[in-house]
Amino acid sequence: MTEELLIKNAVVYDPINGVRGERKDICIRDGKIVASVRNPKVIDAGGRVVMPGGVDVHAHIAGGKVNSGRLMRPEDGRKGREPKTKVCRAQSGYSVPNTFTTGYRYAKMGYTFVMEPAMPPLLARHTHEELIDTPILDNAALPLIDNNWMTFDYVKSGDIDLLAAYIAWMIKATKGYGVKIVNPGGTEAWGWGKNCDLHDPVPTFDITPADIVKALALANEKFAMPHSIHVHTNMLGHPGNFETTLATLDLVKGIKSVKNRPVLHCTHTQFHSYGGTSWKDFESKANAIANYVNNNNHVSIDIGQIILGDTTTMTADGPMEYSLYQITGRKWTNCDVELETGSGITPFLYSGKVGVHTIQWTIGQELALLIKDPWKLALTTDHPNAGPFIGYPIVISTLMSKKRRDEIAKEVSPAIYDKSSLPSIDRELDFYEVAIITRGATAKILGLQEHGKGHLGLGADADIAIYDLSPEERDAGKIQRAFLNTKYTIKGGQVVVKDGEVVAAPAGKTFFVTPECDQKLMDEMLVNLKQKFENYYSVTYNNYAVQDVYLPHPYEIKAPMVA
Amino acid sequence: MAEVTDVVCSLCGCVCDDIVVEVENNAVTKVKRGACSVGKAKLLGHHRIKAPMMRVNGELKEISYDDAIKKAAEILAHARRPLLYGWSSTVCEADRVGVELAEYLGGVVDNTATVCHGPSVLAIQDVGLPSCTLGQIKNRADIIIYWGSNPTAAHANHMKRYSYISKGFWTAEGKKDKKMVVVDVRETKTSKMADVFVQVKPGGDYPVFSALRAILRGQAEIIPDEVGGVPKAKLLEVAEMMKKAKFGIIFFGMGVTHSRGRQNNIVNAIQLTRAAHLYGKWSIMPMRGHYNVTGFNQVCTWQTGFPYSVDFSRGYAWYNPGETSSTDLLARGEADAALIIASDPGAHFPGEALRHLAKIPTVMIDPFPNPTMEFADVVIPVAISGIECEGGVYRMDNVPLRLRKVIDTDYYIPDEKIVERIFDEVRAIKAKEGGV
Amino acid sequence: MEGIKAILISGRTMIQGQNLDSKLSEDFNEVAVVCELHVQDMASLGVAPGEPVKVTTAFGSVVVKAKQDEGNPVGMVFIPMGPWANALVSGNTHGAGMPSYKGIAATVEKTTGPVLSVKELMRTYMG
Repeated sequence: MTEELLIKNAVVYDPINGVRGERKDICIRDGKIVASVRNPKVIDAGGRVVMPGGVDVHAHIAGGKVNSGRLMRPEDGRKGREPKTKVCRAQSGYSVPNTFTTGYRYAKMGYTFVMEPAMPPLLARHTHEELIDTPILDNAALPLIDNNWMTFDYVKSGDIDLLAAYIAWMIKATKGYGVKIVNPGGTEAWGWGKNCDLHDPVPTFDITPADIVKALALANEKFAMPHSIHVHTNMLGHPGNFETTLATLDLVKGIKSVKNRPVLHCTHTQFHSYGGTSWKDFESKANAIANYVNNNNHVSIDIGQIILGDTTTMTADGPMEYSLYQITGRKWTNCDVELETGSGITPFLYSGKVGVHTIQWTIGQELALLIKDPWKLALTTDHPNAGPFIGYPIVISTLMSKKRRDEIAKEVSPAIYDKSSLPSIDRELDFYEVAIITRGATAKILGLQEHGKGHLGLGADADIAIYDLSPEERDAGKIQRAFLNTKYTIKGGQVVVKDGEVVAAPAGKTFFVTPECDQKLMDEMLVNLKQKFENYYSVTYNNYAVQDVYLPHPYEIKAPMVA
Repeated sequence: MAEVTDVVCSLCGCVCDDIVVEVENNAVTKVKRGACSVGKAKLLGHHRIKAPMMRVNGELKEISYDDAIKKAAEILAHARRPLLYGWSSTVCEADRVGVELAEYLGGVVDNTATVCHGPSVLAIQDVGLPSCTLGQIKNRADIIIYWGSNPTAAHANHMKRYSYISKGFWTAEGKKDKKMVVVDVRETKTSKMADVFVQVKPGGDYPVFSALRAILRGQAEIIPDEVGGVPKAKLLEVAEMMKKAKFGIIFFGMGVTHSRGRQNNIVNAIQLTRAAHLYGKWSIMPMRGHYNVTGFNQVCTWQTGFPYSVDFSRGYAWYNPGETSSTDLLARGEADAALIIASDPGAHFPGEALRHLAKIPTVMIDPFPNPTMEFADVVIPVAISGIECEGGVYRMDNVPLRLRKVIDTDYYIPDEKIVERIFDEVRAIKAKEGGV
Repeated sequence: MEGIKAILISGRTMIQGQNLDSKLSEDFNEVAVVCELHVQDMASLGVAPGEPVKVTTAFGSVVVKAKQDEGNPVGMVFIPMGPWANALVSGNTHGAGMPSYKGIAATVEKTTGPVLSVKELMRTYMG
């Protein structure tokens, strides 16, 4: 874009550059932030709250299980339908919107980058095809590399170098962004209908989930990867699982990263902060988790906050989804992926009338408010597992308003007073902290701040959200409405949303990482890998990798091998 | 002469991808290995439509691509309720344009699932689908059930690559470690290979599913002496086999989707899978017919929220099979124009639907002549996907693969490009005449 | 001899599959225009393999060639999926979107023909 744009009178919250509610002008040329402009179009932000475009670290928006969710739930598709316009394709869906709707709704909330967090490698082409049909947002996807038989081989033999070669191959072959871990070992056990806790040996392969997490953390740090391993720990959703979570985080404590960032990102931590021994004595252990995060610098988390209401759960944690289906008896889809991973999908209703759901609802907020350093924290709802991303404004407004939290506490189950500490927490986040947990920290956690995302310094991408809010605003209702539909969203210097309406829908870029592995290691690993294709996969080696045609707008980040 | 390996078949839902062919003088001259006889027949090529045609005084006359595209666009642009049908024997790139065109026109887009595994989709929308990729079955399955499905006829490589005869990690001995059960209304070549053949009465599948579920849930005593034509002893035998499975799989086909009960049969089959899951690991999978019928459903679902039979007349997607499905739209006389691509309703639709198709202007896009051509007013031949052009497809187990281009064509145009050009012409017509 | 009552099903066969893309060919005409019957049913009808039989359902009527098949039970006839089978199938999908291709009540009788080609069969829909 040779277009020049000037945003006047913006009250800017740009935490990566330490800008905390300063009134400034923002100059844009060729889609980047520049120091000055000569003949720009002018947008007067009128003293409104302005932030860099939102960066979401974890939302299931593109791929096999997302589409299974859509197919399975026409009743969800019938919600939120909008007819096509000159700019927009027809829209549908609430917890599993169609791909166009995903792009439009995120853009209207001021988000400009979303990470698809769980891409089954054999199905990677599917994720990329859906990302092509997701407008506006820049994006990336994390391939699942923890239940793979190649990973198991090297975890067993202790060959971290060869494991590094394998993850390098896998990330390149799937045009992925990093290493995703979901219920390590457990999803392979689910291939036989079983599961694993952290120290249980995986049937046949005889390694433990703990072995897998540690080895993958070490292998990941063999390269200057922008992102740490991204971990959905074992025993998700089970009462008492907070111990597994803490033990997992402790496993990688001594490991260092050349990138000066955490070595493990613990995702949707709300689901992993449960106390009690059964649903009867279920309680929040957010305090214990927050305490650990406060006292350790090697982990980051995203909260996975519950949105009360109907949603669709979907994860690679096949056994967990099966137990959810056993509780509710609702429809349930499962798809185990040969040699690699699995997935389960089932609808779920989080009800404020139910004690357990109410406590779950408090946990994400407890984590956000008890963790002192917001740079360790990202706001998510594990879309759509804890709730649809369209609920982010609700989460923001409750984190910013004690008054709103107290109002809701009166309407939900009284268990909130016994089993959770939320009612006793007074802290309220301000706009600066909200900007951290939705763009500053999230960009840093993903290593994207070096690539123009999450901030408005010189040279950054001109991805900007102008919210119809004065910096003094404290009313939860106004805050919620403003974060749902921006006054303006600008993407790469182009106005895409104006007054809450999508006015342009350009294609986004897909970010992917190329770990640069020593060729000798790669060749040695490939001998083993090709055997797996020859004997066990149902597709050939030469037909496996994602072809370039699936990334029409690629952005490559190279990750050299470190000594 | 050149050898081309890892060729991906563009015929049935097996999407075999380890085919090796020889190419000489820009033609596939030999299929060395990997393809079944049906796939081989396609690769070696046969009679195809030579040039675009238009019907003049009842006869098809050759015209240019440009004229055919213009005429096709006129038919669609002037229709009030166009039906855009087929999409299963072409690639996802073409399907994506097709869905967008249907949305633009305010028409109905539908694929062959509407007369094939549509009921399976409806069942999934009721109860979900516990399933897996085909490699899971190759590596783990010790009990394989083909229910209302005859792979030796319709998916010839299926047992060899993925199930009964294949060898994998925990199944290194192949057939020796496995048992196969075939359930059908009549003996077939497949049933003759089975360890156990269960012959049901037509329409008897539903009560047989229910009976097996009851036995698996410990209620054998309520089963009468005969259910759906099957003696009780046989039902008990099959249930025992199912209980002993470490990994069982039910493959099902038109035998259950086409017969009395339709989607209710599939719901019951899925519930049976869940009951068996109490004993061991069980999955179930529909035997999808065309090589990319699954792909269209994937594309349609992520683009519209719904898998097939999508009606855009309201400007947004409206999904109601029975109302918005192709057979119904034609039998009710509602569609006033049709685009038929990569499919053959002439051969597969009931007579009542064809009577109406005969009355409405119809555009046909296909490499090969088929009974649908008798109804077409415009015929546009295209490049053969998987031989003359590449593109994305989804196998019956939802694994995405990419067809390869094996030979060149300097005459035939790929489906995707034809649909795009028709779309451009439609836009031009609407811009000129108004009414967008 | 009188006609017999039977249940009609249609489905895939290997030869029909091999000719999926050449349904106007002679091969296809040879193999898809048949009605497979149990030997006992053929005897009741007094037809030999290859002779024409008329199959009638509530929705239509078509003439095809008789073929012997040991797999069918008595009282069941099989016509490979295709235009001849579909002449007998109702357009009513009972709200499911899916026509009834299998399990249709039919009568089968010996006849003198003619057996229509695909083109001729399609023309009967032209009105």
